[in-house]
Amino acid sequence: MPEQLLFASEVFLNGLMAGVLYALVALGFVLIYKASGIFNFSQGVMALFAALTLVGIMEGRVPFSHVINATFDTEIHHFGWHVPAFAAILITMGVMVILAYCVQRFIFRHLVGQEPIILFMATIGLAYFLEGVGDLMWGSDIKKLDVGLPQGINTWIDETTFDAFGYGFFIDNLDIYASIIAALLVIVLVLFAQYTKQGRAMRAVADDHQAALSVGISLNFIWIMVWSVAGFVALVAGIMWGTKSGVQFSLSLIALKALPVLMLGGFTSIPGAIVGGLIIGVGEKLFEFAIGPMVGGATENWFAYVLALIFLVFRPQGLFGEKIIERV
Amino acid sequence: MLDDTEGYVTEDGRKIGGVVMEMKNITLRFGGVVAIKDISFDIREGEIRAIIGPNGAGKSSMLNVISGFYHPQEGEVWYKGKKRPGMRPYQVAQQGIARTFQNIALFEGMSVLDNVMTGRIRQMSTGMFAQALWKGKAEQEEVENRETVEKVIDFLEIQHIRKTPVGRLPYGLKKRVELARALAAEPSILLLDEPMAGMNVEEKEDMSRFILDVNDEFGTTIALIEHDMGVVMDLSDRVVVMDYGKKIGDGSPDEVRSNQAVIDAYLGVQHD
Repeated sequence: MPEQLLFASEVFLNGLMAGVLYALVALGFVLIYKASGIFNFSQGVMALFAALTLVGIMEGRVPFSHVINATFDTEIHHFGWHVPAFAAILITMGVMVILAYCVQRFIFRHLVGQEPIILFMATIGLAYFLEGVGDLMWGSDIKKLDVGLPQGINTWIDETTFDAFGYGFFIDNLDIYASIIAALLVIVLVLFAQYTKQGRAMRAVADDHQAALSVGISLNFIWIMVWSVAGFVALVAGIMWGTKSGVQFSLSLIALKALPVLMLGGFTSIPGAIVGGLIIGVGEKLFEFAIGPMVGGATENWFAYVLALIFLVFRPQGLFGEKIIERV
Repeated sequence: MLDDTEGYVTEDGRKIGGVVMEMKNITLRFGGVVAIKDISFDIREGEIRAIIGPNGAGKSSMLNVISGFYHPQEGEVWYKGKKRPGMRPYQVAQQGIARTFQNIALFEGMSVLDNVMTGRIRQMSTGMFAQALWKGKAEQEEVENRETVEKVIDFLEIQHIRKTPVGRLPYGLKKRVELARALAAEPSILLLDEPMAGMNVEEKEDMSRFILDVNDEFGTTIALIEHDMGVVMDLSDRVVVMDYGKKIGDGSPDEVRSNQAVIDAYLGVQHD
């Protein structure tokens, strides 16, 4: 095989892996949007918050230590213990469920029946609030997250491809694991939505509030459940991105990358979020590889948005979005 | 003819039981507007009970009070011999009161089968984790519920559209799917909000037949609101007549028909 083609395939594979991570973030958006019609701008910050909490718990940091020290003139920072990754993930999940409850109880319960734009504004508020709370709780320094996922070049793939083609593919172990975990997550979520009582109730709530109430579904419970699931997805995304590039503020900006993914895949489709993420991931890597050098590079910054724009013109509901059927 | 505990026998020989639900001096206000003024009536087991009245009489408000969507400022709702505390609509539904809506409230994106399955949510008790793991009890439960649902679908003759997304169905069929979903809950009381609204003569006849069959086959207690006098008189065992939020008549269709207040308020403007 020619060198150029091999290189392109490697770029393609890496694009797929990056796409999986985009899809992971987009998934959180889709879940909440499907069940409550809220476009949750804070999904990215939720991922950051989850990752911060996870690191904090694992390292045994004292939450709000800055505030405590400033108020009581003490010098505490660490409990002095280390929590194993698995236990810390469970505890963090608990925190995300509490967060889901609070979001529902203190914000969205009071906004039922409001215009979508008002709900959207509320999530922007939530995003900034959560960012502040995250900083206050765990400090704003860049943290290293290591839950034991292997990182670095996968030597088996490198050697195998080198033996076969005379050119070793560089694939990061973390990306491989991220893809597997994301795939599992999607399968579980789809099964949950399609085949369980709660999943059916979730789809019912998404469709018609009144009708859902009339068959005995508690809207409040479903919304707390959906925010919890979105919190869980945020946690998984936070772990992946946090392991890759450290837990820091910029983590919350991955939410912006999820937007074009959603426009491509459709705001209401779980498989759409996945396919959209893959297309964007592969698209931007290949574009950078093929066209980038001609236009001076850095196409990854804008390619996804331009692609989304084109989609908006030709297929506004996205690839898998529900087509709006209006009987006249 | 009426006795609090005994019940009565209808003209066509059906045995009607004791009181299932009793509304006592219900008053409902929206700000300064009085939608329902001091209304009392009861619903008996196995009967078809109609609430009729001209537009804006407060019929739908009354149905919403029964199903927990509105909360009256005064009065009590008694259900199965107990005073019902203030409840959310979903709690009322969980107590076995199913309803349909005047403007159809279905899950448009879901298939007919899925829509009807949501009616069974009350009967599914398995917790979230068992459901998620899809093991043993949850699976058995799904199968049992599915059987009931298929029975209802057969009964209402909507087998041919089982897999169709509800959004694609014509109006008359949507009404029937909504009835199916309510029926799937095996309710103690089935509330129908204008089941015949916006239908043509043929569809109305179909719907009437289904309502009678449901009552006959499953012994379901039905309370319905209807605008169309003719249909109501043929269907129901007892009729409450409302006008401007007040009750102006209550009794068998014949009694109501000969009630002067009713004639003045409603039948005086006969249009057929």
